[in-house]
Amino acid sequence: MSVDLFRIDDRLIHGQVVVGWGQPLGVAFIVLVDDDVRASEWEQELYRMGVPPQVSVIFASVDEAAAQLAAWQSDERVGIVLTGDVDTMARLAQTVNGAVRAVNVGGVHYREGRKERLRYVYLSDDEAGALRGIAAGGVDVSAQDVPTGTRVPLDEFTA
Amino acid sequence: MSEPLTGVILAHADVAQAFVSAVQVIAGDSHGLVAVSNDGCDRAALTARINAAIAGRPAVVFTDMPGGSCAFSAAAFARGKDDVRVVTGVNLAMLLDFAFHRDQPAADAAARAAETGRGAVTVVGSPAGARG
Repeated sequence: MSVDLFRIDDRLIHGQVVVGWGQPLGVAFIVLVDDDVRASEWEQELYRMGVPPQVSVIFASVDEAAAQLAAWQSDERVGIVLTGDVDTMARLAQTVNGAVRAVNVGGVHYREGRKERLRYVYLSDDEAGALRGIAAGGVDVSAQDVPTGTRVPLDEFTA
Repeated sequence: MSEPLTGVILAHADVAQAFVSAVQVIAGDSHGLVAVSNDGCDRAALTARINAAIAGRPAVVFTDMPGGSCAFSAAAFARGKDDVRVVTGVNLAMLLDFAFHRDQPAADAAARAAETGRGAVTVVGSPAGARG
């Protein structure tokens, strides 16, 4: 089954990921691609707190994720690859060139300089451009917070 | 202890405010409990809300889930602070107990609240045939 979801979510590992997507997909592993968390053992411990024991959590830098992605995609179990921002997903997609086929924008919240695109997606113009850049590489980019929500194509929320 | 503990309830959607309202109805006052929702927040914004709610006072932060954005932000905020503790899995029983034991150190109040909360989770009902 391999990696079923590549998600951008600035809350990283939280309820929508573990329960909202994890339960219906039957997720067995979650890969958090974040250079800062990869370097912080106490943050890793905190993120493991909210994950059921049967779900493995892997912390990876962008370079480590790029090196391991083929193995995760050939894993018989179902997994989610998660980044906390657009830039990290863009770097991963670019590095693995073609191995990321779809990206789910799941939660990017308000900060100064960002505009509301959807209730759960706020993007700066640069971030919107980066998402379009990912899509230009043949990746299907859309927004959807939870599986029961409406899937919104990139063009509709970055127009 | 010079200052009673503040209790910050940190939860998804409107859960925290509902808990504060329930405590007010039962105990007649909010007893130092403050509601914080994670709506619309990334991790940095949520930490800012916690910081504003605690405002430098000794506190216990109650979160709804043992993991996720609320628990993570609370634990990260409390890291290295002797006068702030975090209790996950908030329920009304632990909040009502906390409301009347806010004169303890944060660590003691948190341990007491967690024990009370655990004790409130039970399966109610007689075994089959027990009333027979």
